[in-house]
Amino acid sequence: MSKVLIVADHFDGSLLTSTSKAVNCATEISEDIDILVLEKDSIISPQASKIDSVKNVLSISDEAFEHPIASSMAPVVAEIANDYDCILLPSTTFGRDLAPRISAILDVNQVTDIMSVEGPRLFKRPIYAGNAIQTIKVAEDKKILATVRTASFKELGNSNNANVIDTDMPTVEIPSHTKYGGVQSEKTERPDLQVASTVISGGRGVGSAENFELLYELADKLGASVGASRAAVDAGFVPNDMQVGQTGKIIAPELYFALGISGAIQHIAGIKDAGTIVAVNKDADAPIFEIADIGIVADLFEFIPELISKID
Amino acid sequence: MEKILVCIKRVIDYNVKIRVKPDETGVVTEGVKMSINPFDEIALEEALRIKESGDASEVIVVSIGPDDSQQQLRTGLAMGADRAVLIKHDEEIEPLTVAKALSEIVEKEKPGLILMGKQAIDDDCSQTGQILAQLCSIPQATFVSQVSIDGDTATVVREIDQGLETLEIDLPAIITTDLRLNEPRYVKLPDIMKAKKKTLDVIESSEMETDFSSSIEVISVTPPPPRESGVMVEDVDQLFTALKEKGLMS
Repeated sequence: MSKVLIVADHFDGSLLTSTSKAVNCATEISEDIDILVLEKDSIISPQASKIDSVKNVLSISDEAFEHPIASSMAPVVAEIANDYDCILLPSTTFGRDLAPRISAILDVNQVTDIMSVEGPRLFKRPIYAGNAIQTIKVAEDKKILATVRTASFKELGNSNNANVIDTDMPTVEIPSHTKYGGVQSEKTERPDLQVASTVISGGRGVGSAENFELLYELADKLGASVGASRAAVDAGFVPNDMQVGQTGKIIAPELYFALGISGAIQHIAGIKDAGTIVAVNKDADAPIFEIADIGIVADLFEFIPELISKID
Repeated sequence: MEKILVCIKRVIDYNVKIRVKPDETGVVTEGVKMSINPFDEIALEEALRIKESGDASEVIVVSIGPDDSQQQLRTGLAMGADRAVLIKHDEEIEPLTVAKALSEIVEKEKPGLILMGKQAIDDDCSQTGQILAQLCSIPQATFVSQVSIDGDTATVVREIDQGLETLEIDLPAIITTDLRLNEPRYVKLPDIMKAKKKTLDVIESSEMETDFSSSIEVISVTPPPPRESGVMVEDVDQLFTALKEKGLMS
């Protein structure tokens, strides 16, 4: 049976759930799953050992891994990967940054964004922002190197007690050309767009930056994140880091509110995987209603305050 | 620095509705508007701004693809790039192959900085820049929303899941660009005329050392599962009822 190696994604002393989701994907490929943890101190490895279905946690603690620098991690992962048939990373900014450098060292083609496992070497992945699904096969004589689309796999349980194996730092050259300068976290109290289970987005129909305050108010009532269509960003209502769509953020919340959004193709591409889409627009012919699960033709400035007042 | 190399890809325009071919071999591109990958356009804009600020003297745009990719390179020249290179190859290729071919161009041109989009909006792979960085043994900064050049180093801000990360990287380096970095300029008609006189070199992929084969086989391309048709409700109370039925509100 093939041996799978997962590279752990962690930040600020905590293992991220994306790691567990990648392990979940791996369980459909093999039962022989190890996690590689690259860190400065052995803080993450015990957390990784709790993830169900994991056999061993390979723990490499080294100064080089004080910060997640892809060029420092790639040669180490590539070295450890010699003993494995399949290497998976979550398709987070961590995994997307690192995996291709491993691809270059191992000289194997990488699969980006596995959304389902169809066979030992057969995977589905989204292309065109999910507007088409590609089924691809990795050649028999090659290692599988892939990132796992975290929205497609659930987090596993945490009742395991896998072996933690302290592993020596392999003798590879760690480049010194990249210096870490810290992370500034967004100050917002609202959850991140990519991980929020509920997202409220506004479009051109919201009308102004001031009117977006209504959306923030609704979002805070629901513990939701706030996004926007490209039209709202282009109109200057909100900064472009809030843009949801093909060229913005692609999200898959359980509940999505599209408020005053007409439903341009590029916006719909970013929300196709949402669980339930609620659309509110005063134009009954808006294309957003074609993909919405629940639609209401209404004036936003009557609808939103009433909705806010009726949420407990 | 002397040169900045910007890698651009010809893709279906972001405003086009994607249609999958009935034989499941790919998506329909015949008669469809094609453009520069939007993230690559941002990369080119950044290169032009760096040149305009005096930190670089030449901007070269390079693309790999069919002959028609000359259109996107001409657009790049009209935006302000100084010259263009097309590696002509008709079949779809994997990022590893693209990066190997680009590394041959890097070796020849020796740019001080390489810029490209964080991903192409067709295959959404988000690999080429990082692979190229490793092949050239140089630093990378991916998903970048701020760049400042200071002699032989660059300070960049990256958009990561946890917030904004700052890196200082030695040059030469590869930077892949995110949406927030800048707003690309519009091309004016006189610039399109001027671009016709600029140099566009075409290299046949068969003349390169890179092996253009792939170990990943595309079995099929299918439309995503359709969403079930929705319901229209009349007011907020009916909305609550519908959401409760789905278990989304208590």
